[in-house]
Amino acid sequence: MTHATMTHAAHDEHPTWLRRWVFTTNHKDIGTLYLVFAALMFVFAGSQAMAFRLELFAPGIQFIDPLAFNQFVTIHGLVMVFGAVMPAFAGLANWLIPMMIGAPDMALPRINNWGFWILPFAASLLLLSIVVPGTPEAGWTMYPPLSIVGSSGKVQLGGDLLIFAVHLLGMSSILGAINIIVTILNMRAPGMSLMKLPMFCWAWLITAFLLIAAMPVLAGGVTMLLTDRHFGTSFFDAAGGGDPVLFQHIFWFFGHPEVYIIILPAFGIISHIVPAFSRKPLFGYASMIYALVGIAFLSFIVWAHHMYTTGMPLAGNLFFMYATMLIAVPTGVKIFNWVSTMWKGSLSFEAPMLCALAFIMIFTVGGFTGMMLAMAPADYQYHDTYFVVSHFHYTMGISAIYAIVGAIYFWLPKWSGRLYDERLARIQFWISIVAVNVTFFPQFFLGLAGMPRRIPDYALQFADFNMLSSLGAWVFGSAQLLFLYIVLKTVFAGRRTAEARVWDGATGLEWTLPSPAPYHSFATPPVVH
Amino acid sequence: MRGRNKSNRGCAAFGAGLASLGPAAAWAEMRVNLPEGVTPISHEVYDLHMLILAICAAIGVLLFAVMFYSIYAHRRSKGAVAVQFHEHALVEVLWTVVPFVILVAMAVPATKSMIALHDTGEADVTVKVTGYQWKWQYEYLEDGIKFVSNLKTPSEQIYDGAAKGENYLLEVDNPLVLPVNKKVRFLITAADVLHAWWVPEFGWKQDATPGFVNEGWARIEKPGTYRGQCTELCGRGHGFMPIVVEARSEAEYAEWVEERKQERAAAEAASAETFTMEQLMEEGAKVYNASCAACHQAKGEGVPGAFPAIAGSATAKGPVGAHMNIVLNGRPNTAMMPFGGQLDDLHIAAVVTYERNAFGNGVGDRVQPADVKAARGR
Repeated sequence: MTHATMTHAAHDEHPTWLRRWVFTTNHKDIGTLYLVFAALMFVFAGSQAMAFRLELFAPGIQFIDPLAFNQFVTIHGLVMVFGAVMPAFAGLANWLIPMMIGAPDMALPRINNWGFWILPFAASLLLLSIVVPGTPEAGWTMYPPLSIVGSSGKVQLGGDLLIFAVHLLGMSSILGAINIIVTILNMRAPGMSLMKLPMFCWAWLITAFLLIAAMPVLAGGVTMLLTDRHFGTSFFDAAGGGDPVLFQHIFWFFGHPEVYIIILPAFGIISHIVPAFSRKPLFGYASMIYALVGIAFLSFIVWAHHMYTTGMPLAGNLFFMYATMLIAVPTGVKIFNWVSTMWKGSLSFEAPMLCALAFIMIFTVGGFTGMMLAMAPADYQYHDTYFVVSHFHYTMGISAIYAIVGAIYFWLPKWSGRLYDERLARIQFWISIVAVNVTFFPQFFLGLAGMPRRIPDYALQFADFNMLSSLGAWVFGSAQLLFLYIVLKTVFAGRRTAEARVWDGATGLEWTLPSPAPYHSFATPPVVH
Repeated sequence: MRGRNKSNRGCAAFGAGLASLGPAAAWAEMRVNLPEGVTPISHEVYDLHMLILAICAAIGVLLFAVMFYSIYAHRRSKGAVAVQFHEHALVEVLWTVVPFVILVAMAVPATKSMIALHDTGEADVTVKVTGYQWKWQYEYLEDGIKFVSNLKTPSEQIYDGAAKGENYLLEVDNPLVLPVNKKVRFLITAADVLHAWWVPEFGWKQDATPGFVNEGWARIEKPGTYRGQCTELCGRGHGFMPIVVEARSEAEYAEWVEERKQERAAAEAASAETFTMEQLMEEGAKVYNASCAACHQAKGEGVPGAFPAIAGSATAKGPVGAHMNIVLNGRPNTAMMPFGGQLDDLHIAAVVTYERNAFGNGVGDRVQPADVKAARGR
């Protein structure tokens, strides 16, 4: 043990296992809890994807009833977004932000504990909704009237549990967001002006504001669903003077910022990994921040591009088309900056860098298809087909996974003081990157050829690509188990390292701490010049 | 029982699936792009799609060429030494401004097509399209023709691994027949939950929202059969409500309209006739498979927890009046919709008779069209 950890250990209470994890207010413990929780949810939602890819392997209904299929798709989407990806980024934020800004911990440790411990309860409600009558079946977007009456025409318990789960998830996210804003704005080391803030912190700062603005809107929307379901209101019922499309406006006013809530922290991570393995400073630091702010602003005025075919007036469709197209500008800036960071660098390709490169390529494919989807007239063809399914998995699904996996490879040696198995990590990377493209690239063709999303069975002309996609999905899913094995192996049996700067190209305050990082990151603030 | 033999069928499907990967010729026929379509809008959309695809591909090639060159030429294992620059005002301004200019250029054709898509005025034929769980109803407003279009694929092909027909899941009992070279305006709505009406060859889809009417239009350029599907998640049968449009020459279309009008007159006359048990059961089986089997299942077994069984049901074996009432007017707060508006007297009479006597219910009574007519009045 290093000198720093010894000092802290001296005044640390060391409670028993249960009390340590349940009552913890430590940013590292809470970060670990978030990440473990995310991994469990990822395995759960992933196994659902494996199951419905089994049903989609060949035409005909073989394994899963069509109703259950819709339920699988619904829960897969909700758990992946709220249970896996968002908590994973929250876990990374907890681990990294204090270490990056030179703080001992997060600003509001008890709120931090509460923010996490809401999640298992929210997840329990969500999982409980699967086994009670009326399992949610309307997709993660929960569009009424289907999310009210379901296929059976009855209002059933499952939908209510989902609504309460969403309320809790929103509370958890807001508490986390408040904590992150307060921490970043108040606890930076002396000399660390905002324009010296590490990119991951910038990305999370902006994300946190998006969360605070967007999550209450979703909470409001699902509360309106709840009162429509039980208390005789007609917000979304035309027969009572309401409008089903109103819910879509509310949902996407949350939903589009949500997409950036998921991807901005990923941008932040990539902006650390690419410079480290290029052994060069990040290109265009200031423009990266302006681009983040630009994307965040635009995210609030583009929501109805998810709704071009709902019958909006011409002027509405045109406004949302123009606003959406504008997103390409700041997003392009980010991608160009990453590539310029690599230009004339001294590149090496350890697992984190491979993940970052995969992220750039995959996100770019998602971005290009996003440009295509932004074109409202063309969207009249693409909308609600597999083209969209593939697009959003490229932009916010797989790319988020590569950012998270890359971040864990990058920072795990710092957190644990142990090195991961580089050879195994590279094998895992190559299996997974091939498989994920075999899974999702054919789905672009399926969508263009006319296959709607969310169908359990399909016409014969879609058979070959679906089979390919299923095979890819199973390989990709299995490869993720290998990733979890690599992480566990590192944490419990990895080769120890005492080096502070684990990667020779890494810069930032976290790399000045010993490995593993001390329990209270910075007891005395470092000075940033 | 659909539960039995699942693993066997699964294996068979697996094998059949692998076999169909087979010859490269099959791949050649596979569609990988949007159809060019058969309406002016669909051509515009196709051109816009190809243009934006080409622009994205070009930018992608440039971007990845630079990235891979860097990966190749600037790698440490080759002894590259990092040059420590981290900004360049000119290129940063350029790659902000140039994409913006490209976007403005793209917005011009996109806006033009968007305006054309919304131009639903001065139509020759107007068809009202109503989405139901899980079928489409078409109503020709000028000619007073109205019918329901159901999935025709038999359930053995879907659930029991029977050999699948060429148009598996994309075939209906009553296709929407439309004239070519006429401007057809669609008024699209729904009766229960959201649906979306999409024929890819027409170049657009439009959501069907209960309580609201959306519009779309098509001027079909060549006769043929065009297939599509519901594209908004609408519940258990979402994957099973296809759309088939038959586009016919103007003369053939006029002939078809005339036939439909005569058919309607014949149906009205039939409601005064009396039918034998065999006739009713035969007709009833057809109506049942088209209109009821999607929920209550082909053998009347229902779906536990979602849709009640007809086989052995208290309603089907109970008083005939109550049974008929449910079929005509639906059952509130359940998925059972009213069929009074979709089926004529003969069809209701036949399907009620069928439900009371098939599936081992064996009640023995018959319902005549006249009974239905009387029940409608009540």
